[in-house]
This record gives sequence, structure tokens and C-alpha cells, in this order.
Amino acid sequence: MTSTALTWFARHEIRLAWREWLAMMTAGRRGRKRAAIVGLLIFAALMHLPAYAVIGRYADLQAPLDKSALIVITATIFLAWALMLSQAIESVTRVFYARADLDLIMSSPVRLTNIFSVRLAAIALTVTAMALLFATPFVDVLVLGGGIRWLAAYGVVIAIGLTAAAVAIAVTIMLFRMIGPSRTRLVAQIVAAIIGAGFVIALQVAAILSYGTLSRFAVLTSDAAAAFAPDADSIIWWPARASLGDGEALLLLLAFGLLLLGAVMAIFSGRFADTAARASANAAPARHGARARAFRSGSRQQALRWKEFALLRRDPWLVSQSLMQLLYLVPPALMLWRSYSDSSVAIVLITPVVVMAAGQLAGGLGWLTISGEDAPDLVVTAPLPASRVIRAKIEVVLIAIGVLFAPLIMALVLASPLQAAVTAIGVTVAASSATAIQLWFRVQARRSQFRRRQTSSRLATFAEAFSSIGWAATAALALTLPLAALVSGLMTAAILAAAWKISPRRE
Amino acid sequence: MNPDQSALEVRGLTKRFDRLAVDALDLTVRVGEFYALLGPNGAGKTTTLRMVAGLLPPDAGSVSVLGIDALTDPIAAKQVTAWVSDEPMIYDKLTPLEYLEFVAGLWGIAPSVAEPAARDLLASLGLEPNLHERCEGFSKGMRQKVALAGALVHSPRLIILDEPLTGLDALSARHVKGLLGERVRAGCTVIMTTHILEVAERMADRIGVIAAGRLVAEGTLAELRQRSGNNDTSLEDMFIALVDAEAAVA
Repeated sequence: MTSTALTWFARHEIRLAWREWLAMMTAGRRGRKRAAIVGLLIFAALMHLPAYAVIGRYADLQAPLDKSALIVITATIFLAWALMLSQAIESVTRVFYARADLDLIMSSPVRLTNIFSVRLAAIALTVTAMALLFATPFVDVLVLGGGIRWLAAYGVVIAIGLTAAAVAIAVTIMLFRMIGPSRTRLVAQIVAAIIGAGFVIALQVAAILSYGTLSRFAVLTSDAAAAFAPDADSIIWWPARASLGDGEALLLLLAFGLLLLGAVMAIFSGRFADTAARASANAAPARHGARARAFRSGSRQQALRWKEFALLRRDPWLVSQSLMQLLYLVPPALMLWRSYSDSSVAIVLITPVVVMAAGQLAGGLGWLTISGEDAPDLVVTAPLPASRVIRAKIEVVLIAIGVLFAPLIMALVLASPLQAAVTAIGVTVAASSATAIQLWFRVQARRSQFRRRQTSSRLATFAEAFSSIGWAATAALALTLPLAALVSGLMTAAILAAAWKISPRRE
Repeated sequence: MNPDQSALEVRGLTKRFDRLAVDALDLTVRVGEFYALLGPNGAGKTTTLRMVAGLLPPDAGSVSVLGIDALTDPIAAKQVTAWVSDEPMIYDKLTPLEYLEFVAGLWGIAPSVAEPAARDLLASLGLEPNLHERCEGFSKGMRQKVALAGALVHSPRLIILDEPLTGLDALSARHVKGLLGERVRAGCTVIMTTHILEVAERMADRIGVIAAGRLVAEGTLAELRQRSGNNDTSLEDMFIALVDAEAAVA
């Protein structure tokens, strides 16, 4: 393959990535391209406000930094790297399993090593570009407040993007080698979900165990962390120093990122073809269902509920997606356990976290059961009214939420019955609201489109997020400032009413 | 079997999307008949059958299934009808047997009746070795067979199939044709769209040709030949002549 052909293929890859991203932003509707770009620019501009609130006060930081500051900056960069790694693992897995052009590429008269090198580079470029996009408001705030030396932070984002892509490619291909293509998809997705949330949760768990608070900064700024951290001239602090404008550290970091990616491409691009071929041949292995047993008797709704539960239970991809939300329940659960022995007011923090998680989880489950129907023709042509089908699907969501959250609420009863009651009401209302939004904005889609469910209706996505946040705040306020809870509850109900009003007309 | 009773009676059925897809269509299919609906791509075959199956509301017209008004009493009409689309829509995470169990549950069939019927159907379609495997690894042909078994497990009296032989190998296609033939002999009515004219020629009692949303010809093979004025002509030649003539008029 000539260098011209390689350049052409690189352009092709970038064009595909751009169109995939655009389709995600516009829900596949061509006419929305300009609106999506304008909306994104407005969103990016607005993001400068929360970025200022979070990071604005650090703009004046100057080298040399004390250990606590180094730890906080390094941990933040590591968190960004972990999120990029999570995204990159998903991208690599998607290339193996979901790209429809593998047959064409692999049957074409070109050197596969070259062509897959370009594809790996495209993954790195996409991951880095997305990271730069999200980092821009934060870096802008630092540059505006602290000077152009902070522009070096863009270089750090590029460097960690390159290393995240390199590690993701190596991890995924090694998983293929170790556990085979049939398990890699599941494991890679779960690993991606755990990496994405794991670092924050681990810090929270450490903070709860050591200091009895959900704040991760308690660990990072503690004397114990400072005592344990390496000296100021350690390479561990290169990313932090590079962010502050240390040119030497930045160049070394970029060189390391490029070298690592180059090495991974050299080692793995040859194997990528073989791995891709094995993945496509084994994308859907023969898996056995439940043991042979007699057909169940029951009503038509029972049949529907059984089907929905079986599909939820057997969908490892969904498990990995939901895992992220459920992982956030680990710190409050741990805090609850620790609070049995004292009367810490920090226990109140559990309620909004649990209510928020219930709303988000119900939204995901609601989409899967209500919109994500893989055999819509079968359900529509079945001899039962559409209202009964919908009712059975809603029941599944609420039952699942009940089963998942009941143990936590039961434990809360032992610590604080009033808080348990408020939490139970909050969970019920948040889950019902999220399910209702999914019902009002329902679309017909395949379950495999779950990851892109937000693109079908941005309004539904925002309404669901604001509803969960609103009910979480209401529940927290109900325990501390009941009058404010009334205001917050009314505002959230107004959001729901507005969502219902603007939702597509339903028969 | 009462040959005079209608299994399906469609009057003035109309559907418009960006353009008129089905244009005041009248269609009658008798009980126990194997009816093949032919037409070029975009002629309105699938739209017509989707309206009959209750998947799409018509803009105008009436649909009667075995004497039941399918628009005013859709549940009763659906109870006796089965629909199989050209794109097999089944649940990847269920096994074929579980899928059929679910379908039987939706149609309210007693487990004691549904289970042996499901096992027989899957065995007759060559899926016995895959009874307990999840459908996610199945080929398109296997998925189509599972979908077809699902359509038959509740013993429908009217079976509507949209290109059911797409993606099936020769042996599987023969199994499916045999199964449909058995159902027709048992008094069931089958309406099928197909682009494989040889299947229509060999299996159908009557053939309807649809173009631009209208029924342009209908009858037995002999009647269609008589109409074309050449008793030796093939269905393919007649079909192309009819569609060309309709295109020229349009």
C-alpha cells in the first residue's frame, strides 16, 4: 500500500468517525447538522461557567507546588486518563465487533498491517479529539485566569489521550488472546465501565473509611497521602508539572505518549487483522439458555414480564452499562454501614445519591423495556391491547428498581426510619418520573442501540436528568429544610409537566 | 372448509406516506386458499399486508378477517392471525423454545398444548439440535425459521407472510413450503408476498399482482394465462408484461 493510499484510508477513517459522531449528535437526521453544531458551541460556551466554578480558583497556582496540590492535580489528570481509557476500550471493542467494513477491508488487496495501523491511529485521534473537546472549557478558564502558560494543559490532554488509546488497544487485544473473542466483548465493556467510575468511587470509599465523608478531596489532601507520595522531582508529577507550563516535562510526556502508541501499533497492528477475523467469526457464540423445563402457565402480561426480565438478566452489555450507575451506590452503602455506630449527619447525603441513582437506572431500564423492543411486529400483532403491553413493561421497570433498592432502604430503616421513608418515596417518584419520560418520548429501536438512546430525543435526556437531580435535591431538602423541599418538588414537577407538554402526541 | 367464506376481505384500503402507497385496494382471499401477492419493489405489497396485520393504521378502507372487522375489533382479529416479516425479528437472548413459549403466552395458548406444538414445529424446521441455544448466534435462515415457528405455534387461521423464503437455503425453503402446504390442507389460509415467481406458480391457488398500490391482475395461473392470450407463457413473462403495462399507463 502506497503512502497516498494510506493517506486516503486515513481520510476515510476520519470521515467515518466524524459522521458517526454527527449522527450521534443529530440522531441521524441530516437537517439537524447546523443545529447540532450551533447547539454544541452554545453548550461549550455554557460549560465555561461550571468549569470556572470548579477550577477557577486554581488558575493562580505557581510552581513549585506543595505535595497536596501535586496530588490533587495528578489525581485529576489520572481521572481524565481513566475516563479516556474507558472510552478507548469501548472504541476498540466497537471496531472489532460492530464495523461492517471488516469483510471488505480484509478481502481487499492491501497489506492489512498498514491498514490496521491507520485504524489504530484513527482510534487514538478520535479519543484525543473528544478529550480535547471536553477539556477545552476547563483549560480556557485556567488560561483566562492564570495566563497562557496553562495552554500547556492541552498538550497534557493530547499526551494522555495517546497513552490511553495505546493502553486500550493493548488491553483489548491481550484480552482476546487470553479469554477468547466470545468473552472479550463482555469483559472489555465491564472493564471500561469499572475504569470509568472506579477511580472516583475508590477515592470515596477510602475517604469514608478514613474520614467518614463522601469527599474524595479528604483523602487527596490528607497528611497520610502527602507522607506516602514520592518526592517532588519524581516522574509521577510530570503531568502536573507539564500542565503548569513546564516545557521539558510536556515534551517528555508527549514523546512518551507517541512512543507508546507507536510501539503498540508496531506490535499489535499485525495481530489486529487476525483478532478482527476471529471476532467476526465468533461475534455471537452459541450460548445455552435455561435448562429444559416445561412451559409456564400464566397470563399474557406474565409472559411479557417474564420475557422482559429474561432479556434484562441475559444482557451482559446492559449489565456493564448499568454497573456504572450501581457502582455509585457502593460509597453511600458503605457510609450507611459505618453510620450505624454514630449519629453523623453525613448519613443524610445518602438519600439524594440513592434517589438520583434510582432515577437514572429507571430511565435506562425504561428505555430498554419500552423503546428497545427487538420484535415490535410480534408484540403489535399479539392479541392484547397496547395499553396492557405498556403496563407490563412499566411494571418490569418498577419491580427491578424495587428489588435493587429495597435492601438499601431496609438497612436505612434501622439507622433512621424517617430518612428511610423519605428515601423510599424519593426512589419511587424519581423512578416513576424517569419511566414516564421514557414513555412519553418512546421510539421504536433495537436494544443494541441502548448506548445511543440519548440521541433520539435530547429533550427526553435533559428532562430525565433534571427530573432525577430535582427529586434527589427534593429528598435531601425534605430531611433538612422541608419548606425548601416543597419549592424544589414543585419545580421538578413543573419540569415533568413541561416534558409531558412537549412530548410527541401519543395515542 | 367453506370455499365461499372470506378469510380476508379488504375494501378501499388506502395508505399515503410521501406518495400514495396503497390506492383504494379491494382484495378478497377465500378460506383455505394459498394466495400469492406479487409486485415490483415499492408496489405496496408490504404496506397492504402490514395494514391487514394491524401494524399500520390505514388512511381509509376496511379490513375484515374471517368475518371480524379488524379495525374496530383488532384483538379478536389478531387472535386468529399470524404475521411473519421478511426481516426475522426475534429476541437474541432467548432460545427458540423460549421464544415460542413467549409467543404462546401472548396468544394465551395453554402450555400443555403449546409445548408439544412448539417442539414439533422446531423439529420439522430442522431446529431440534438448537432448541436450547440462544438465537444470537443464528444465521438469518435459522432466525427466519424461528420466526415462522413462532407464527405457527398458536395455530392461526390466517397466516400472512412477507417474503418468508428470503435467506433460506434450498432444504429449509422446502421445509417451509411443506409446512405451509400442510396448514393450507388443514383449512388454514395463507397470504404470501414473494419475488420467487416459481414458488407462487407452484404453490398458490390464486395470484394477485399489485402495482402502484392497485391490484392490476388476479386469478389462478390458468386464468392469468388466459387473460394474457398465451396459454404457454410463464408467470415471469406475464408478471413483467403486467408491470410494464402498468408503468406505461402511469
